[in-house]
Amino acid sequence: MIAKEYTITAPQGLHARPATTLIRLTKSFKSSISLKKADKVVRLNSMLNILSMGIKGGENISILIEGDDEISAADAIDQFFKEQLKDL
Amino acid sequence: MKGVGVSPGISIGKAFVINSTKATLTGDLLQNPEEILAAAERFDDAVNLAVKEIESISKNITLNLTSDDLAILETQIEFLSDPQLREDVVNKINTHKKNANDAIVEVIADTVQIFENMEDEYMRARSADIQDIGNRILKHLNTNSQGLSLKFEPDTIIIAEDISPSDAITMDIKHVIGFVTRVGSKTSHAAIIAKSKGIPAIVGCGDDLNAVKNNDIVILDGVTGLLFINPDQQLIEEYSQKKSVYNERKSQLKQLKEVPSVTTDGTAIQLLANISVADDMDSVFDNGGEGVGLLRSEMLFMERDSFPTEDEQFEFYKQVALRSKNKPVIVRTIDIGGDKQLSYFNLPAEQNPFLGYRAIRICLNRTDLFITQLKAILRASAFGNLKIMLPMISGIQEVRDSKNIIEQAKQELLKDNIQFNNSIEVGIMIEIPSAAVTADILAKEVDFFSIGTNDLCQYTLAVDRMNEKISYLYDPFNPGVLRLINYVIGQAHQHKIHVAMCGEMAADPMATLLLLGMGLTEFSMSATAIPTIKNIIINNNLAAAKNILNKVMAMDSSQNIIAYLQEVTT
Repeated sequence: MIAKEYTITAPQGLHARPATTLIRLTKSFKSSISLKKADKVVRLNSMLNILSMGIKGGENISILIEGDDEISAADAIDQFFKEQLKDL
Repeated sequence: MKGVGVSPGISIGKAFVINSTKATLTGDLLQNPEEILAAAERFDDAVNLAVKEIESISKNITLNLTSDDLAILETQIEFLSDPQLREDVVNKINTHKKNANDAIVEVIADTVQIFENMEDEYMRARSADIQDIGNRILKHLNTNSQGLSLKFEPDTIIIAEDISPSDAITMDIKHVIGFVTRVGSKTSHAAIIAKSKGIPAIVGCGDDLNAVKNNDIVILDGVTGLLFINPDQQLIEEYSQKKSVYNERKSQLKQLKEVPSVTTDGTAIQLLANISVADDMDSVFDNGGEGVGLLRSEMLFMERDSFPTEDEQFEFYKQVALRSKNKPVIVRTIDIGGDKQLSYFNLPAEQNPFLGYRAIRICLNRTDLFITQLKAILRASAFGNLKIMLPMISGIQEVRDSKNIIEQAKQELLKDNIQFNNSIEVGIMIEIPSAAVTADILAKEVDFFSIGTNDLCQYTLAVDRMNEKISYLYDPFNPGVLRLINYVIGQAHQHKIHVAMCGEMAADPMATLLLLGMGLTEFSMSATAIPTIKNIIINNNLAAAKNILNKVMAMDSSQNIIAYLQEVTT
């Protein structure tokens, strides 16, 4: 399992548009990918669950990845949070 | 309320609002495991249909979607296919024995509640998205149970966001007496289809239209674009009166059917029809049409999940040929791309689809598709007077390349000993300005021209005809457009080839004399427009038309031209 921490760089937080991109990215991998904020964990395949976490800009979250392709999934998610997210 | 009247006539009837769904609980509980299983399946099917619907909206270029719009639609798809949503709904079905409708209504209501209670303003606003996807799933769930196609009662006036070409094909419009849409302009598909079916229509009513409810009494005036909702008795009587006057005039015009379309000084003018399917042939002859100036072959390619085979296409063209009484039928080869997309032929999204990969450009690149269509048309040419017309020609090379491929199609048929008309005429649409200004060059290598004014106008004036904001620029009476048309007609005569017009302008009573003056003798239009144009032709002469042309060509603005034409044509 891979666990990584990120700070949300999008000023408006993880709202519908970046969540859509993130879900689609997640779905392209076999690994099970979850998002953790404080002590709440949700699977990263559900729009409703992600939005219900109410993640705002500047907040810290962690991503948990477990599965056969977890290394490439972690790379892609890393790129999403570090590069793509701020423009979404 | 007022919109743009796009198909003349007056209708008084009951509103049928498409896309209105009410979320109501039925309270019916599921009785056994089979019903539970079926309910979950119905939910999944409804979601799949809803996702497909959104996907096709995303691909619909006529909606002018921005990248923001597309992002919203993608988000909707994620909401629709949300595993948590499915889990909650299936749980209601399995453990609480709720039927699919009630399970969805309850889960959506709960979820909306959760979002409405969130502290973040943005998240609170998402409750509307969730309600929206719930309505969309319910719409498909409930349509499904009634069967896919809508059935209308007599005297129905359809109220909708827009009518797409496929809506019009799948709808049973026998009882439909009017169309009213929120969006759209004179050249949107809703307008073109309503006109060709002779059904009064108003488009572009805007958000006012949201107030109309099912079964409201509606008066629709397709001439003025006026729409009255639940009018009083006095107004109904007034419009019933107007309606009978209008219909009487229309039937008088229909009596013109047998009258030859000849000007008072003896010039014969050929009035042809634009059609989409063989069944339209009846209406062509009923209205006094003398053949088909434009058979749009696209309808054959729509509402399917794969390209029609050569035999299927042959059957389609043959049906038209057999019903054409040996009158000319001009078949336009496939004109997809731009605003006409096929679900099974994935054209990449383009920045400027109207300037992109479409029509002849696709055919010359996908010669396999082109040859299949050409062979089918050629085979059908043994059964009637068919001609081939190539759309979106921009220069001579496309003509030569196309003719080579037509030759190849002929060779293949010859080799297989299949009968066809070896001297079939081949012509081109003049709808790109470069083709218009090189009409002298093109005329040497084709048998006829057909001027497509809709696209010619759009390309000459650099105005997107789907964009309502700039639709005032879309003006066939612009002196630039008129000069191009006049030049094309002149060059066709000089090179002794046929020239026709098959765009909207050919059906515009204000333009008839002007076009006659330019020397146009073949007009192709919606069958229902033929009597009106014929009435103008049989009451005028060429000298008067030439005089009008000379005056118009000396004018400097379309405002002056339109004012003058309105004065002399009414």
